Amino acid sequence: MLKDQDRIFQNLYNDLGPDLTSSQKRGDWVNTKEITDKGRDWIINEIKDSQLRGRGGAGFPTGLKWSFAPKEVGSRPHYLVINGDESEPGTCKDRDIIRFEPHKLIEGCLIASYAIQAHVCYIYIRGEYFVDGQKLQAAIDEAYEKKLLGKNAAGTGWDLDIYIHYGAGAYICGEETALLESIEGKKGQPRLKPPFPALIGLYGCPTIINNVETIAVVPTILRRGGKWFASLGREKNTGTKIFCISGNVNNPCNVEEEMNIPLKELIEVHAGGVIGGWDNLQAVIPGGSSMPLIPKDKCETLTMDFDSLMAEKSGLGTAGVVVINKDQDIIKCMARIARFYKHESCGQCTPCREGSGWMWRMLERMAKGEASKDEIDMLGDVTKQIEGHTICAFGEGSSWPVQGLLRHFKDEIKKRNKFDPIVKENKNIPYLVDQHLLDKNA
Amino acid sequence: MSLRRPAKNQPENFEFNPSSLEAAKSIVAKYPEGKQQSAVMALLYIAQKQNDNWIPLAAMKYIAKFLNMPYIKVYEVATFYSMYNLSPVGKYFVQVCTTTPCMIRGANKLVEACKEKISEDESVLSNDKSCSWMEVECLGACVNAPMMQINDDYYEDLDKEKTLKILDKILNGEKPTPGSYRGRINNEPENNRKTLMDLKNA
Repeated sequence: MLKDQDRIFQNLYNDLGPDLTSSQKRGDWVNTKEITDKGRDWIINEIKDSQLRGRGGAGFPTGLKWSFAPKEVGSRPHYLVINGDESEPGTCKDRDIIRFEPHKLIEGCLIASYAIQAHVCYIYIRGEYFVDGQKLQAAIDEAYEKKLLGKNAAGTGWDLDIYIHYGAGAYICGEETALLESIEGKKGQPRLKPPFPALIGLYGCPTIINNVETIAVVPTILRRGGKWFASLGREKNTGTKIFCISGNVNNPCNVEEEMNIPLKELIEVHAGGVIGGWDNLQAVIPGGSSMPLIPKDKCETLTMDFDSLMAEKSGLGTAGVVVINKDQDIIKCMARIARFYKHESCGQCTPCREGSGWMWRMLERMAKGEASKDEIDMLGDVTKQIEGHTICAFGEGSSWPVQGLLRHFKDEIKKRNKFDPIVKENKNIPYLVDQHLLDKNA
Repeated sequence: MSLRRPAKNQPENFEFNPSSLEAAKSIVAKYPEGKQQSAVMALLYIAQKQNDNWIPLAAMKYIAKFLNMPYIKVYEVATFYSMYNLSPVGKYFVQVCTTTPCMIRGANKLVEACKEKISEDESVLSNDKSCSWMEVECLGACVNAPMMQINDDYYEDLDKEKTLKILDKILNGEKPTPGSYRGRINNEPENNRKTLMDLKNA
């Protein structure tokens, strides 16, 4: 288990209070100037050395992302945008950072803004977190009052203004370009890439977009050194991560742990075990609902980091671990996730808009045992037609959980769905797939 | 995609009251000059707050003028985002999360409670017109499942009985205390905490 002194979010459970004075006692805002005095290149290199990867789901190296920002500020200002539109089912880590460790986030914003030369930072928070957002606003106001923000923020000589922008219940706004559209006051529909936001982003200006957790760990990394962060976890999957363990466990919780922690330890030690014992485990969704589920036999030895989950054809995503035990109907669980994607599709690309509803309707029927045998393959075909044919990765995210279900629980679906509606004797009419409907009317 | 339609009965006029107007002006100031369209989401939210939790078409027209942008753009935004209510939902708007992490911890019991106390169908006002409920997608408190949101506040770690009690309170016009209803502190593992123990006991 990770040592307590290596935990970045000391106030994850709000034992100490989120206000500025107690945050300073935890080490926030101590000598911020010393960090910025070492210069932009030092900051970016240190983040590169730490091998920090984005905590929002895709796991893109943060230092590399920052280095994409233009070196010189041209006629267009640079922007830093923080993605706090946490809507992935199974994930609730950013909420705790926003309400209990706001000063880690604000200080991270200052350092990141300095590194990419932005004077304005927007923090995009999902609209449902209004109360938590107000707490962050209170922390921002406190920081302005103590001259940690605004002109010559924290004595660094850098001017920074931070504004909160609330979303309004759209999952798709967690996609970085949809988020920019949303800040611009439009429908949250993703943009085509390239051009990438680092060159043409918010209002057409260079913009760096990072997750709340990514930015909130930056000050601690720079204080303790990239080497310290890189010493935790394993190569290319370094550092600590907040895991959210929900579903059929005895003590659902958020916990900060080292990367590459065994899944079994996470569930048994921190979350108090699966309800009904480890043998009652059916499957685990390892990284929020978009990531394909992993059946029990693989959960024994699985370790939680980007690359080892990738090897299992899944992903760490946002590290929202949803545990499903044998009391649950796995097809129904996935049908509900498919309904989520059907509801949250932005409607821009046809494969996702139509496909997500199609998958949901099929899965609902499969859960009831009303689907035909052929439909199981058809469902797989639909997921393949969505994947890779949409503007953003969220469209693909709707097909991955269904693919995971088909990969690991195909027998279960087959056992339940034996219905074969094709009227055998008339099957020689090649273009009539729905022969049975015709027969009913006759 | 979800299909959303404005209500049939629409008020004739809408205008910000003085406090909304002040809030709106301070929000417009957050964005660069000429980019006031960015404020549209926040302004719709303010309008919704002012107008008993829903946005009439007149408010969209008013906001379009306020921000000097086409009405259709405001309409687009208002119909796209699911948190904008386009028809009356009552003074207390109950949203029950039923996405998988909540579902497998018994969110359907919360739905049952809402059906018993408020109305048989979702998005239908209760008898006294003060309250309505609906199923929503993930509200981002999965560790505290099952949970629901009433207006801005989260009510977490619920079961059917606790939900019935909360609903009784709001139907009586009282405001129940938000937060966990199993007495646990935030997102820590209940009675099973293994980390940061020095701070807990401090």
